[in-house]
Amino acid sequence: MVKVEKLTKKFGANTAVDSINFEVQKGEIVGFLGPNGAGKSTTMKMLAGFLPPTSGTAEIAGCDVFTDSLRAREHIGYMPENVPLYTDMRVSEFLRYRASLKGVPGRRLRDRISDVLELCGLEDVEKKIISRLSKGYRQRVGLADAMVHEPDLLILDEPTIGLDPNQIRLVRDLIRNLRRHHTILISTHILPEVEMLCSRVIIINKGRIEALDTPQNLRARLGQEGHVLFDARVPDARVAAAELRKLEGVQTVNIRNDGPWSIFKIQCTPGHDPRETIYQFAVEKSWPVRELSRPPVSLEQVFAEVTNGEEL
Amino acid sequence: MGRFFILFRREVASTFHQPIAYVVLFFFLVITGFNFHAGITMLNNGRGTTTVVEAFFNTMYFWFPFLLVFPFTTMRVFAEESKMGTIEMLMTAPVRDSQVVLAKYAGALFFYLVLWAPSLLYFVTFQTITGMNAAGAAGSYIGAYSILTMMGMLYTSIGCLASALTDNQIVAAMISFAAILALFFLGLLSFIMPATGSILREVTYYFSPIEHMVDFSRGIVDSRPVVFYISSTILVLFATLHVFQYRRWKS
Repeated sequence: MVKVEKLTKKFGANTAVDSINFEVQKGEIVGFLGPNGAGKSTTMKMLAGFLPPTSGTAEIAGCDVFTDSLRAREHIGYMPENVPLYTDMRVSEFLRYRASLKGVPGRRLRDRISDVLELCGLEDVEKKIISRLSKGYRQRVGLADAMVHEPDLLILDEPTIGLDPNQIRLVRDLIRNLRRHHTILISTHILPEVEMLCSRVIIINKGRIEALDTPQNLRARLGQEGHVLFDARVPDARVAAAELRKLEGVQTVNIRNDGPWSIFKIQCTPGHDPRETIYQFAVEKSWPVRELSRPPVSLEQVFAEVTNGEEL
Repeated sequence: MGRFFILFRREVASTFHQPIAYVVLFFFLVITGFNFHAGITMLNNGRGTTTVVEAFFNTMYFWFPFLLVFPFTTMRVFAEESKMGTIEMLMTAPVRDSQVVLAKYAGALFFYLVLWAPSLLYFVTFQTITGMNAAGAAGSYIGAYSILTMMGMLYTSIGCLASALTDNQIVAAMISFAAILALFFLGLLSFIMPATGSILREVTYYFSPIEHMVDFSRGIVDSRPVVFYISSTILVLFATLHVFQYRRWKS
């Protein structure tokens, strides 16, 4: 569906997107992650045919976005960041204009517009002027606009930014429902969103792709180097820590005290899960145990790791 | 062609959705109405040997609103969309750059023509009330309104170019006003040139809207201004298209 090869965009001396490659298959939801200014929006603008690339190519459904721009654009529903809309128009009027501009034939206009109005929950505000709408509704109008011509590919640039938690959930549910009919490329820096929605994640930083995988694999990759929390009542924490360190699969042990309880943060050697050994050891020593767990690595940690090289 | 009309309709709608359009229309009617009154008064006092149509189109009161109106009809066309970011939404739809530029230009020109349309009623009113002819012949109307349209075509394209150059409507208005005034005053040179037949006078005749209007409102349709206005309109629109593309590609 999308094929990007060595795509580069330079603004003067500043390289916003640096020779990136990726592919998106039909039916996928791909999340574009990255800190502000990483090049997410620039990449999306190039894919949407708004900015020409400095070098490299991008193909949408087999059409080059630059040399065959019009045909490529027919396959795309693009929702820009901050959702610019013609604020002097009414919602249904705006969608009608956009649909006919994107080539929806006259006899199908009515159906398509009522479809997207329903899908995006805009029936109540259909006759309202867009300037009077709240941010949440505008966002939904933008989404309705992006999909009014039934594009194969939806490119959504930060679709939930600036919304309240309820609205975010609504938009997210909406996107999840769309995956049946569309391939979706979505950019965001809200990580739970990606974990919930996307089948694959592209992490981009300073114009380069730092990681490209499923959210599960990305987590697993870091999870191997994760740690185990062990919370027990031991006679002497220091001695206990020294003993724990000798167990197989344990690298380092940090101690924190909570009254009579000691909380050990145990760093594991990669590829090892020492929980069972620790349990056996605690039973042997008859230490009362409150907790023995391996906290899941969140995508947030993956993100911090990949974009900052930060140690966890 | 279908997409052009969709875009054109949107341009016209957006113009008339804004209160400023009606403010401009109101003041424009006040000034041209006053101009008509002044023309008739002049003829009543026996000063002047022209027809009513000629009197209307050749006074200072005619040129004042004529020149002033272009910044208002054109300043928003590109500047507003770039400022609001809606240009991104517009240009990611499957439309050609040239379709957008032409539709925006046609929308602004349409507004200009709407502004001038009521002036036809002045002559109808005059003829109904006095029972006299406002013009010597029909050619007078044809000439006056066709040169009015052609001058409008060129000056509107200059306004569109100015609007494509910037995100700021006020800046766009100032650029177009300055450029249009410069062109107009260049035409005035032909009046301060001493001798007829001098080369400079010949040359400035080509630019001079005042000279053109004098001829055309008498019904003399000269092909030279027609070629001048149409070819320079095409040139300026071409420049507008390139500025429009360049600014997007650079941003």
